[in-house]
Amino acid sequence: MELIFEIGEEGRQLDIFPKCDVPEVKLNANLRKQELHLAHVSEQELSRHYTKLAKRTHGVNDGFYPLGSCTMKYNPKVNEEMAVLPGFTNVHPLAPVESVQGCLEVMETLQKDLAEIAGMDAVTLQPAAGAHGEFTGLLLIKAYHESRNDKKRNKIIVPDSAHGTNPASAVMAGFEVINIPSDDKGCVDLDGLRAAVGEDTAGLMLTNPNTVGVFDKNILEITKIVHEAGGLCYYDGANLNAVMGQCRPGDMGFDVLHINLHKTFSTPHGGGGPGSGPVGCKAFLAEFLPGFTAVKNGNGYEKNYAKNSIGDVRTMAGNFLVMVKALTYITTLGKEGIKEASSNAVLNANYMRVKLSKTYHMAYPVTCMHEFVMTLEEEHKNINIAAMDIAKAMLDYGIHPPTMYFPLIVHEALMVEPTETETKEEMDHVINVLKEIHDKAEADPDYIRNSPHTTVISRPDEVNAARNPIVAYEF
Amino acid sequence: MNTPAELKYTKTHEWVKMEGDIAVIGLTDFAQDALGDLVFVNLPEEGDAVTAGEVFADVESVKAVSDVNCPVSGEVAEINEELLDEPAKINEAPYDAWFIKVKNVGDTEDLMTADEYEAFCKTEN
Amino acid sequence: MGRYVPNTKEEQLKMLNEIGYKDFDDLFSVIPESVRLKDLKLEEGKSELETATIISNMALKNKQYKAIYRGAGAYDHYIPSIVKQITSKEEFVTAYTPYQAEISQGILQSIFEYQTAICQLTGMDVSNACVYDGGTAAAEACAMCKDRKHSVMYISEATDPKVVSVIKTYCFGSNTEVKMVPVKDGVTDLDKAKEMMTEGAACLYIQQPNYYGQIEDAHKAADVAHNIGAKFIMGCNPMSLAIMETPREAGADIAVGEGQPLGLPIAFGGPYVGFMACVSDMMRKIPGRIVGQTVDHDGNRAYVLTLQAREQHIRREKASSNICSNEALCAMTVSVYLAAVGKAGLEEAAKQCVNKSHYLLSELEKAGLKRVYGGEFFHEFVTTSSVPADKILKALEDKNILGGYKLSDNEILWCATEKNTKASMDEVVAIVKEVCA
Repeated sequence: MELIFEIGEEGRQLDIFPKCDVPEVKLNANLRKQELHLAHVSEQELSRHYTKLAKRTHGVNDGFYPLGSCTMKYNPKVNEEMAVLPGFTNVHPLAPVESVQGCLEVMETLQKDLAEIAGMDAVTLQPAAGAHGEFTGLLLIKAYHESRNDKKRNKIIVPDSAHGTNPASAVMAGFEVINIPSDDKGCVDLDGLRAAVGEDTAGLMLTNPNTVGVFDKNILEITKIVHEAGGLCYYDGANLNAVMGQCRPGDMGFDVLHINLHKTFSTPHGGGGPGSGPVGCKAFLAEFLPGFTAVKNGNGYEKNYAKNSIGDVRTMAGNFLVMVKALTYITTLGKEGIKEASSNAVLNANYMRVKLSKTYHMAYPVTCMHEFVMTLEEEHKNINIAAMDIAKAMLDYGIHPPTMYFPLIVHEALMVEPTETETKEEMDHVINVLKEIHDKAEADPDYIRNSPHTTVISRPDEVNAARNPIVAYEF
Repeated sequence: MNTPAELKYTKTHEWVKMEGDIAVIGLTDFAQDALGDLVFVNLPEEGDAVTAGEVFADVESVKAVSDVNCPVSGEVAEINEELLDEPAKINEAPYDAWFIKVKNVGDTEDLMTADEYEAFCKTEN
Repeated sequence: MGRYVPNTKEEQLKMLNEIGYKDFDDLFSVIPESVRLKDLKLEEGKSELETATIISNMALKNKQYKAIYRGAGAYDHYIPSIVKQITSKEEFVTAYTPYQAEISQGILQSIFEYQTAICQLTGMDVSNACVYDGGTAAAEACAMCKDRKHSVMYISEATDPKVVSVIKTYCFGSNTEVKMVPVKDGVTDLDKAKEMMTEGAACLYIQQPNYYGQIEDAHKAADVAHNIGAKFIMGCNPMSLAIMETPREAGADIAVGEGQPLGLPIAFGGPYVGFMACVSDMMRKIPGRIVGQTVDHDGNRAYVLTLQAREQHIRREKASSNICSNEALCAMTVSVYLAAVGKAGLEEAAKQCVNKSHYLLSELEKAGLKRVYGGEFFHEFVTTSSVPADKILKALEDKNILGGYKLSDNEILWCATEKNTKASMDEVVAIVKEVCA
């Protein structure tokens, strides 16, 4: 398909701006000499171009999207409608506090709701994504140790099953990463953890349920070991959809966490963003929070700046319109709806796990939470069919594949997260498709290895893309 | 698998060739085959100190990055800049596609002969 | 109530039994009793109608001004209808990061087009797929310049203080030293920068136009940085790049900025989008996702996420940045905006920013305000007066106009864009005149 720059005709344009109604001023400063090439299209060409692009994109509304660790649940329409209200979109971030009371009410309400769901005392909404939240949370830990003049605490412990953002965030926050191996259930090895902690431990980063979808029963012991060594516990909220309303990170001994509004609270992923990664913490860390928090004062709201703030991790309030969507969602669900969502997410995952375990090998054949991991290690060895091949074959059925090759501790991994918004019929259909693909992989492995066959492109040459990068169109 | 007899090898799949006082270092055929198509190499700079058994470079494939260890201690005398533009050479001719040349060679890791290395690779499979 | 959960209670129980669980308690027995939550202290769920009313009422509590003369990092420009329509398409809104290229060509191509447009605007060779906002783009650009031999960041004090705050926070994280280059006559004191910068300098960062709206001598800044072996980073207002020299022409190594003026609403601060572009030599240092062009097995043109081995999901603790989710839909918005207005439209909007802000200044001067700095400006300028800024802004507020941003007791940073009409500006001037009289 053509690029927007390859269609249209020089001179074509939309009629957007009125004639200038004040005198013209010419600047003497250095003006642009470099040529500027932008699209030159009519409104209809522009509209059709993006309709074509939309047809070449698979979203949650197109079909099943069991992307493990990403929580691709249905994105309710009312959320979107609330986020485009002019009363929100036309508000200048630096307008007087009296004129932005509605925005501050959104923030204050959301802060309180998220704190309750997470079991924390304070929340900042400034971080723009999950990884950004991790970075923020780790800076809180850093500021806390520094405020106590405890400068030797420069190490963050991360299990080998962790999301890649965990170690990357720790390094950005100036810490050294200590990787600890998981036990045979994919959980934290308590002896390994005891051996790793010490007077240089700044903290531990963990998600529970962990990245293989298993709830770590030793969680209170784990957080105790870290606390006794003088470290703090960070909860990676990527998997919060499994436990919201069932249990709370704050009650498991965690001191600080981030929450992905674009996963757990149904604000959409937008093809990679905008997300929002609020950070919650216990009261003793609140003095270090970034940006401002919204606080209620009498009948109104005001901005409150923490006294020993780490500064700003982003300019201004954060991804405000994403907050509006999350608040809409939480308001809709309420306390019973939130628990219902996690209950059904866990039910759906276990339903698929049990049904699929007749065909596929489960990396950990135990009750899972909101997701589970299959391993294609044997198929890879016996019939040279990799996890990638199964994933690509699913594309021909209009199904988005599960997360591939993660977590790193499972070979040939496929990680399935159906979410609570899928019906039993849809899951039964996908289970049948996965069985069919498995049968076909045994009968005609070449066919599966050459999948997909029906998509707008076949498998792309990624080696060529990386060796000879073309990252912009040449005019 | 190609394993030239005149070279020495490490357990982490690097090869070493002594040219007078200079140690020439690269990645073995076994390693490049296991890693798949390489798309980029990160090399140290001339003058950097390298330590036997420690990482001095890494190689990227599309979906992975792997460390390359230095079999000897010393100082980087020269880097193979050609690899920065054409990492494919490591796949095509691993024993011509040297990474660095090291001078002032001090400590050396326990190195294997070609026969020993071939036997070692069989256990790796 | 189970909103958005399709399975009925009966179905749920049937499914539970079918896979060997008695009920939900049985299923959740993997969570130890000691951490099980009894009751979430939230309100009960609401119907869609009730929810919509509650949230809409919050929106109604915000004041909507009939005109905005405030910028300072968030700019009120006109957004063409088609921009909003296209970017609300469900496929774009609900898709994940395009890791599965075969069913994500639409998103991938849209990012490739965005990267192309950013390279065009900045004159640079390589753009990433975007980062969170202008502040984080600046902070990430600084990090790109750090290596073993270059570790001190020099930042112009004429940079938006909100951006400086983000840079400093990131540098607190990475234990990096930041030195502020002072301002002289409303622009960066580059002679002072030259004096301050020594061997270990990693970068010099200036904002163009700067926080006070003034146009900086970017060529000289580039020379100062390069002469000491440091990189030169330019933070740019993308709207101004339609007519002002590009960062590439000025000699920058990295160009960054806030993409909000190109089609995104001011929306109380976000979501916005940070653009980042650099010269080809620095391609492997740029953080975040990059889309590349390649071919599929049948030789068709195709797009993929490329150079991924730089990123956190592969390089983990050795990654140059932790960024994962970015602001993809906002980047698409920028791309659609640029396609909608085209080169001529963008130039027109930029020129109207210049014309209108200059008209506003000249009229305000007649009304009794004085401009603080000499030199040229794009669409923002600073005034002072003997009348307190608060008094002026309050008078405008009373007429439902959001005036400029108060910088100090008597100083106001004004902004005018293509949205501000002559009639509206004349009203502003009349109000100011009355206050100053």
